[in-house]
Amino acid sequence: MPPIAELAGVTVAYRERLVIRGVDLAIAPGERVALVGPNGAGKSTLLRVLAGLVVPRDGRVTLGGDPVAGLSRAAIARRLAAVPGQAALPFATRVEEVVALGRLPHEDPFRGPGPADHAAVDRAIERVGIGSLRGRDARELSLGERQLVLIALAVAQAAPLLVLDEPTVHLDLRHQVAVMELLADLNRRDGVAVLAVLHDLALAAHFFPRLVLLDGGRVVADGPPARVLAPERIRATFGVDPAILAGLAAIDPDAPELTVGTRGR
Amino acid sequence: MSIGGRSLALARAHVGRPARAPGAVVLALAGLGVLALAVVIAVAAGSVAVAPGDTLGILLRALGLPVDRSWSPAAETIVLELRLPRVLTAIMVGGGLAVAGAAFQGLLRNPLADPYVLGTASGAALGAAIAVLIPFRAVFLDLGLLHVLSFAGALAAVAVVYRLGRGGGPFAPLTGLLLTGYAVGSLLAAGLAMTMFLAGSNLRQIFAFLLGGMEGASWLRLAFAAPLIAGGSIAIVARARVLNGLLLGEEAAAHLGVDVHRERAILLALASLVTAAAVAVAGLVGFVGLVAPHLVRLVVGPDARRVLPLAAILGAILLVLADLGARLLGEIPVGVVTAVVGAPFFLVLLRGTRSAYEL
Repeated sequence: MPPIAELAGVTVAYRERLVIRGVDLAIAPGERVALVGPNGAGKSTLLRVLAGLVVPRDGRVTLGGDPVAGLSRAAIARRLAAVPGQAALPFATRVEEVVALGRLPHEDPFRGPGPADHAAVDRAIERVGIGSLRGRDARELSLGERQLVLIALAVAQAAPLLVLDEPTVHLDLRHQVAVMELLADLNRRDGVAVLAVLHDLALAAHFFPRLVLLDGGRVVADGPPARVLAPERIRATFGVDPAILAGLAAIDPDAPELTVGTRGR
Repeated sequence: MSIGGRSLALARAHVGRPARAPGAVVLALAGLGVLALAVVIAVAAGSVAVAPGDTLGILLRALGLPVDRSWSPAAETIVLELRLPRVLTAIMVGGGLAVAGAAFQGLLRNPLADPYVLGTASGAALGAAIAVLIPFRAVFLDLGLLHVLSFAGALAAVAVVYRLGRGGGPFAPLTGLLLTGYAVGSLLAAGLAMTMFLAGSNLRQIFAFLLGGMEGASWLRLAFAAPLIAGGSIAIVARARVLNGLLLGEEAAAHLGVDVHRERAILLALASLVTAAAVAVAGLVGFVGLVAPHLVRLVVGPDARRVLPLAAILGAILLVLADLGARLLGEIPVGVVTAVVGAPFFLVLLRGTRSAYEL
C-alpha cells in the first residue's frame, strides 16, 4: 500500500542551523509509530514539516501521495489531524464547542456545520469517552481531561493520520496510560494511522509496535521497540544507563520513592 | 453550530450560560426588533418631541409606503434631516465598533482587546487634534479636515504598529503587536498632549472628539462612513471561521486548515478600516467595542459566526440608546454615557458568570 505520509531526503534549517538532516520516513495507512529521541533531536520539527507548517530546504514531503507544498491548508487538515500542543482559550468555551472546531476543514464555509458535522462531533465525544464533560468550560478541566478533549477534536477532524506532540506530558500515570490506550484503540478499531512524539520510552515501547529514534536531526533507528531501544543505543543517544528503562518497566507500585541517577555520556 | 437544535441530554450549563440557549436567529430577530423600537424612540424624543405615531408615519412614508401626512413640515425636517441621520450614524458606529472589537479580541486572543488597542484611537486623536489646530477650513461632502485627518491617523497608526510589531514567524502569537500598539499609542498620546497644550481656546473641540458624539451627523457623512463600516463588517463576518480557528491558538488554527498569516493580515486590515471610519464620524466612542462582544459571548458562547452578527446588533442598540441619553441630558459626550451605564452593567454580568477571564 502506498504510504499515507512520506518524507524523502528531507533537510530543514532554521537560519543556518540544520535541525533535520536527510530524513527518510514513510508511514503506512493504519500504522502506529512513536517518534522518540532526546530534546532537540528534531522530533517536533518533523511533525511540523509533515503538516506543511515548516518548508524543508531539501527533500520531498507527501501526504496521501500528493506533495504537501501543493496542498491548501484545508486540504492538509483533511489528511492530517494534529492534536494541539497547548491550548489556552481566551474565552469560556464548552467542551463540545472545542471538539466542534475539528470540523472547520470540512464545514461549508458559508453555511457552517451541517448534520454530518454535528454527527462527527457527537461520535468523537462518544469515542473518546468524554460525554460527561460535554457542557463544561474547557478551561476548567484537569490537564488529563483537557488532553482527551483535544484528542476528541482531532478525532472529529476525521483525517486518516493523527499526529501528536508529546500527548502525555504533564499527565499523571493513570491519564498517560488512558491516552496511550485510547490512541491504540483508535488505531486498531478505526484504522487511523497514529504518529506520536513521545518522551517516555517505556510507554512508547509498550504501546507502539514501531519506534523511530531521532538524534541530531537524523533517524538513527527505525523498527520494533526491542531493536530500537537496544541498551547500547540508549546509552549512545540519551547518555543514560539503559538499566533505568528496564527498571521503570518493572516498578513495584508499592515500592518506596524511586531515585534515578544518570551518568554522563 | 446550532446547539439549541440538537438534543443534548448531557449538556449542563457549567459555563454559566443556558445549555439550551435560544437559537442565534431568534436572538438576532429579537435584537432587530429592539433596535427598530430604539430607533423610533430616539427619532421621536428630543428638545422638540414628535409623537411616536407621527414619527413612525414619517419614517414609513420616507421608505415609500403610502401613509397620509398628518404632521407639520417642521416635524418632518427634524425627523428626516436631523435625527434620522444621527440615529443611523449611531447604528453604524455602534455596530461597526462591536464587530471590530470582537475581531480584535479574537485575533489577539485577548479578552481585553477593543477596537482601539492597536493604536487606532491615539492615531485618530492626534489627527483630529492637529486638524483643529490648522486654521485652514475646507469642507468636501460635509467632511472637514478633522474627519479626514482622524481617519488617516487611525489607519496610519495601525500600519506603523503592524510594520514594527510583526515578526517571530507566521504562527507567532500577536503579543508583540499588542505591546507595539501600546508603545506607539503612548508616543502618539504624548503628541496629542502637546497639541492640546497648544490648542488654547480650541481645546473643547478636541475634547469633544476624544469623548465621542453623534451631534455632527449628517446624511453626507453617513454616506462616507456607512459603506466602509458596513462593507468591512460584512467581510469580517464572512471570515468568522478564521476567528473560530484561532480560539485554540495560531498553530492549532493552521492545523485546522486556516491560512493564518494571510487571514490574520486581512482581518486586521478590515477591523482597522471599520474602526477608522467609525472614529472619523463619531470620535472616540468608548466601551461599546469592548463590551458588546463579551455580552454576546456570555449568552451564545465563543462561536464567531454567532458572536459577530449579534454583537453588531447589540452594539447598534447600545449606541442608539446611549446617544439618546446623551441628547436628553443636554448634549453631554456620548462616551460618558456609554462608560457610566456600560461599566457597572458589565461588572455585574462578569461577577454573575462562574468562569473567570484568565489572561
